[in-house]
Amino acid sequence: MDTLLLSRIQFAANISFHILFPTINIALCWFLVYFRLRRGAAKDKAAAQDWEEAYYLWTKIFALTFALGVVSGITMSFQFGTNWPGYMEKAGNIAGPLLGYEVLTAFFLEATFLGVMLFGRGRVSDRVHMVATLMVAAGTTLSAFWILSLNSWMQTPQGFEIIDGKFHATSWLEVIFNPSFPYRLAHKLLASTLTASFLIAGLSAWQILRGAANGGTPRALRAAVIAAAIAIPLQIVAGDMHGLNTLQHQPAKIAAIEGIWHTEKSAPLTLFGWPNEKEGRTDYAIQVPKLASLILAHDIDAELKGLDQFPNAHPPVAPVFWAFRVMVGVGVLMLLVSWWSAWQLRKSRASGEVPRRVLHVLTAMTFSGWVSTLAGWYVTEIGRQPFLVYGMLRTSDLVADHPSGMVLSTLIAYLATYVFLLVSYILVLMYMTGHPAQPTAQTPQSPKAATPVRGPA
Amino acid sequence: MNLTWDNTLPLFFMAVMGLALLAYVVLDGYDLGVGILLPFASDEEKDVMVSSIGPFWDANETWLVLGIGVLLIAFPLAHGIVLSALYLPVAIMLLGLTLRGVSFDFRVKARAARKDMWNRLFSLGSVVTAMAQGWMLGSYLTGFGFDAISLAFSAGIALTLPTAYAMLGAGWLIMKTGDTLQLKAVHWARRVLWPMGITLVGISLATPLVSHTVFERWFAMPQFLGLLPIPVACAVAFFAAFQVITKPKIVAAGYGWIVFASTVLIFVLAFIGLAYSLYPYIVIDRLTVWQAASATKSLIFIFVGVAITLPAIIVYTVFMYRVFWGRASALTYGPGG
Ligand code: HDD
Ligand code: HEM
Ligand code: HEM
Repeated sequence: MDTLLLSRIQFAANISFHILFPTINIALCWFLVYFRLRRGAAKDKAAAQDWEEAYYLWTKIFALTFALGVVSGITMSFQFGTNWPGYMEKAGNIAGPLLGYEVLTAFFLEATFLGVMLFGRGRVSDRVHMVATLMVAAGTTLSAFWILSLNSWMQTPQGFEIIDGKFHATSWLEVIFNPSFPYRLAHKLLASTLTASFLIAGLSAWQILRGAANGGTPRALRAAVIAAAIAIPLQIVAGDMHGLNTLQHQPAKIAAIEGIWHTEKSAPLTLFGWPNEKEGRTDYAIQVPKLASLILAHDIDAELKGLDQFPNAHPPVAPVFWAFRVMVGVGVLMLLVSWWSAWQLRKSRASGEVPRRVLHVLTAMTFSGWVSTLAGWYVTEIGRQPFLVYGMLRTSDLVADHPSGMVLSTLIAYLATYVFLLVSYILVLMYMTGHPAQPTAQTPQSPKAATPVRGPA
Repeated sequence: MNLTWDNTLPLFFMAVMGLALLAYVVLDGYDLGVGILLPFASDEEKDVMVSSIGPFWDANETWLVLGIGVLLIAFPLAHGIVLSALYLPVAIMLLGLTLRGVSFDFRVKARAARKDMWNRLFSLGSVVTAMAQGWMLGSYLTGFGFDAISLAFSAGIALTLPTAYAMLGAGWLIMKTGDTLQLKAVHWARRVLWPMGITLVGISLATPLVSHTVFERWFAMPQFLGLLPIPVACAVAFFAAFQVITKPKIVAAGYGWIVFASTVLIFVLAFIGLAYSLYPYIVIDRLTVWQAASATKSLIFIFVGVAITLPAIIVYTVFMYRVFWGRASALTYGPGG
């Protein structure tokens, strides 16, 4: 395999691994803020204790997730230089400051206040602790703001001029608030909300099924299901608007998503099929006539540009086509599951017993957010190919010319580490939710003899 | 030289990058050092050792991100050259950092039976990180040379940098713990002090030999006298640390922090010496800070950000250290503690 392909796989592997953890944490931190507020506002002692238990368990999960996010993020910050030096050389004037603002405004904020948030409850007042928690939450959200701004700029670049082959900013506001940025940010924050909601709902359901629940479990479950039920319709609307924006700026990507090979009027919507790039058609296509034109242009007769309009400048069709369908499929599933669960929870409110069917379905959906998020990113990033900065810089021109054996060896090392960590992460999540014990004063952090507060250890 | 934005901003960012990397080496140095020392402690002591760095390690590593970030922001050309030349050691360091960062959290969350494995990975990751950083430093100083002498020089630093971190870690533990663990830390400090000292002297002597540029900067007459305070102060700091760790009474009297303070001082002085050796190069003998700098417009944009946020970062970092001031107690996510 050549160095370009290996470098691409390595970058994709690293960032795919990284994104898993921030995606959870961006929203999970706001859940923690909510749990704390509810504890403060609780009328009786038992309810306060319940919220405390929910807060305690999910803080543990937050801390672990954060550690994984940080270490994989540090890897990311080196990747540009080790594998894509041409990118920094040409676009460094733009990419550098945006990444710099992320470090200065977000990373330090979250990393520093994290210590106080996690371990400072006995040392600072409740107020100060709340402020620290809010700082961490603000930090993770700001982090998403800056990095998505850069990513969106790579998709829809503006606000620059090119001097001697290098990008120079002419307006920072135009760079930061480039055309696809608002859509990407909204869509991403909602994706994060959904990922965290389904994780909380799924693990809580699993906890109840295993008989390991404590007072916090049903409360966390209810909060998560409601959050998901509210977020998913918003996400579908945001996704639709995002797609319209993409049609305007990156028509080749939309053509690949929809499998439109030739420019046509009243284009049909392809639900499923097998993209056949060699022949330039979709085999076994199941289509709804005229619907693509209606959805994408809000006009039944509209003409949509096909892939034939972009010779040598369109992405590979199959991965984009499939990833898009996985994302949307999971999104529709989320809509069904969250609304149905919310309705079932409402019905069973009086008895307080959540029906087991609901618990099973929610458990099965625990990691659905990850699937959808990754699929969405593959649409976005593979859909941008063969460019790194859309229409301006080609990926193949920017790669470092390392010997391919060397890149292969690091790729294998990263992959092995990531598989190991991912398996450990999931097993430990299951272990922690199965043993939601609060430690005693004598065994504060050691798991040796943690005594259960309520519920089994 | 007249002072214009064009020629002062690169210097400013060089300074910020230098300070970030210095902060990183000192701060992550002590927590890497604690990781390196971990295998020599008993099970209970391990918990205390990890507690002592718990609230800090994440922020400590963020200085590395800032250092690399500034390299990328202000000197994109050098960023590409340096990081692609250091491809393998960087990858090894990242794997080391990954292992230790996550083990730290996993060790108390996984099933108790797995704790041992995570402890081991924590130490392994710390050692690997320290060695990879040593190699990177050596390779950088020799201008990424691939001849036998350069490689031996890099290997030499790789093998010895862990002792310097261990010294910082031991100093940290003397300051943050008590009783038997503190005694143990004094003992560890005694073990690594001499190797660290010999290493530093060795590197200082070897650097001018492998790099002609460095040789010329130091061994010319008026400069040499002006530079003399650096080695002299190093020797004084070394002596102070030596005095404290050989006299347990001084530690018992509450002056244990002198060990950490003098080690930090040695690091700072070594750093100043290094900065002097390199200036104005960012890639030695190849690229000066001005040649590598990015567009002035970009630098001004980020200058504003640095001027506003860096003081704030320092303020809340100080706040955090004050919250966790004094002897390390066991960590808890709960309210009591
Ligand atoms: C929980 C996650 C999730 C869910 C349920 C959805 N998406 Fe999504 N989608 C993402 C998570 C995501 C993402 C990972 O966050 C992406 C990748 C980059 C981005 O900005 O958002 C994304 C990208 C993305 C793009 C690519 C934009 C581009 O790069 O040009 C489109 C067109 C849509 N989405 C549309 C939709 C639609 C119509 C959905 C209806 C169900 C949908 N998404 C559900
Ligand atoms: C976090 C979620 C992200 C995921 C899962 C993701 C995934 C991917 C994937 C799969 C590719 C490979 C595309 C291909 O080669 O066919 C890629 C490429 C790339 N992405 Fe992203 N990406 C993400 C976010 C970002 C962000 C925020 C940036 C920039 C700030 C970025 C910069 C790049 C660059 C520089 C490449 C080029 C390397 C390449 O083409 O392989 N990505 N990404
Ligand atoms: C190429 C792109 C990226 C780079 C270079 C990068 C870099 C980093 C670094 C260095 C850290 C550790 C910060 C620390 O020390 O505290 C980090 C953490 C984080 N990153 Fe990324 N990142 C990238 C992509 C993304 C994307 C796409 C998102 C979200 C949309 C994101 C969100 C976060 C968040 C929220 C954290 C905090 C850690 C956590 O909550 O788990 N990053 N990133």
